[in-house]
Amino acid sequence: MKKKRITKKTIQHVLMGSFALMMIYPLVWMVSSSLKKSENVFVNSHSLIPSEWHFANYIDGWNGFAGITFGTFFWNSTIITVIATVGSIISSTFIAYGFARIKFAGKKIWFVAMMLTMMLPFEMVMIPQYIMFNKFGWIDTYLPLILPTFFGIPFFIFLIMQFIRTIPMELDEAAKIDGCNTFDIFFRIIVPLIIPAMMTSAIFSFYWRWDDFMGPLIYLSTPEKYPVSLALKLFSDPNSVTNWGAMFAMSTLSILPIFIIFFVFQRYIVDGISSTGMKA
Amino acid sequence: MIPKKKEEIHETVEPQHPAKKPKKKKMKPVPPNKKLNTGNQNVTGYAFISPFLIGLFSLTLFPILYSLYLSFTDFDLMGTPNWIGLDNYQRMFTEDPTFWKSMKVTFFYAGVAVPIRLVFALLVALALNKVVEMVGLYRTLLYLPSVVGGSIAVSIMWRQLFGNDGAFNSILATLGLPTHSWLGDPDTAIWTLIVLYGWQFGSSMLIFLAGLRNIPKTFYEASSVDGAGPIRQFFIITIPLLTPVILFNTIMQVIQGFMAFTPSFVVTNGGPVNSTLLYVLYMYQRAFEYFDMGYASAMAWVMLVIIAIFTALIFKSSEHWVHYESDAK
Repeated sequence: MKKKRITKKTIQHVLMGSFALMMIYPLVWMVSSSLKKSENVFVNSHSLIPSEWHFANYIDGWNGFAGITFGTFFWNSTIITVIATVGSIISSTFIAYGFARIKFAGKKIWFVAMMLTMMLPFEMVMIPQYIMFNKFGWIDTYLPLILPTFFGIPFFIFLIMQFIRTIPMELDEAAKIDGCNTFDIFFRIIVPLIIPAMMTSAIFSFYWRWDDFMGPLIYLSTPEKYPVSLALKLFSDPNSVTNWGAMFAMSTLSILPIFIIFFVFQRYIVDGISSTGMKA
Repeated sequence: MIPKKKEEIHETVEPQHPAKKPKKKKMKPVPPNKKLNTGNQNVTGYAFISPFLIGLFSLTLFPILYSLYLSFTDFDLMGTPNWIGLDNYQRMFTEDPTFWKSMKVTFFYAGVAVPIRLVFALLVALALNKVVEMVGLYRTLLYLPSVVGGSIAVSIMWRQLFGNDGAFNSILATLGLPTHSWLGDPDTAIWTLIVLYGWQFGSSMLIFLAGLRNIPKTFYEASSVDGAGPIRQFFIITIPLLTPVILFNTIMQVIQGFMAFTPSFVVTNGGPVNSTLLYVLYMYQRAFEYFDMGYASAMAWVMLVIIAIFTALIFKSSEHWVHYESDAK
């Protein structure tokens, strides 16, 4: 009986393990290709172990193109991501508190409006927004990428609201008796308790901004202002690339921040997805 | 059936929110105080949600209506928009085979890729729910493709993976199987994008996994006392109790499927012979390569209507297949 259970377990692990390895194979392949000599990348390309380890790809790749190094692109991505993330978390927290705790006329309508905007894809307002920002003279600046996040992100509002709802109302009422007004309650009681939800939102915001491609693609035209995503697309143009190793190296490097955040904050991410069904 | 009826009666007797009622009763004896209080609350409430309201009007409602207007004009970003009535729509539906091609490609893509991702996510979640040890490790590994899947790096890698000298052909050759020009053949190129979409099943898997964890163990115990086997349990307990989660996942994934852009832009750029020209990619080309803003706005509105219809249909049909826990009790 015991033996049978052990074999069953082994089969389970063999099946699950090989399936998992199959799924991450493309990612491992990308990393290993970044360490192969360019002329060897597509020779027996499925192999995961480079015949000789060629770390120089990373140096070649970092030099970028048109005299701009990837240092500039990483810096640009960091600026956009950090400002947009801070903006979206601060505004979303305020809005979530308003929806979750304050009773005011018309709240239901605005809440429904928020849930609808959550389902409205960005692509649907992309063209009129572009025309608007074009009129403001904001093309080729970061404003169209950053400013909209300061008006709250419906997914984060919803996530933080769900979290606020788990905090017992008695806490607010006790504070009120002690003489706190709504703002005191918000800053002193609610905010410290919802930091996990804010963290989860911040992590997702980081992912979305770091990966954002369409925004930079339509708004930015000067290569010096490109974030990593757009620069990488240019760098990997199939008609001009010859240094495949360097291209894989920069691809790998571009998702390194995402990996790091993922492994450090995994718990927040899993909780966030499980409770609201956000996509990564 | 009986609990449902009970709820209906409940609702007709107390149309107001039953939970809030006791508080209101307490408040009633002091109406002036209450009025003052709610007045204050109104100001505070609107102050807190004001960023959302500004964004809603300036970045969502106004643009949406503006794009409806533009869809009846010939705006090219440089000149002034001239009203041309339904010309854009007429051109789209009757004179533009590329529009119909992109529509067909998108429906095929969403229709195949979304179910693949959802079924995959559900099956893997079920398997993970059964595994006792190292669930965390498996979950992490299987979620990884989703984490990085949205990045350009992955799309670029995918293009090389399925390229003529890519790893996929290389594996086939090693196994003695015939290789193929996956991205060069109009019949197979779309499948590389479908596989890329299906591969990122991780977030749906996590949502399903959370749903599975929420199903009380006692349900399974009770049903096995009644003699139900695992397959019967799956259909009478697991699936019905997961339906709300399935509903949510389906809606979000369908929208995401219709809106896919980056993979077709980077992996295949719509080719070969427009076989992977997803709708948003064609809309992007119309707007930002031909500067045909009026036409692209009309395209956006057509897609908006399609998505709205789909979402409404899924919601409407959900009355028949989604099982909320309040019904079960």
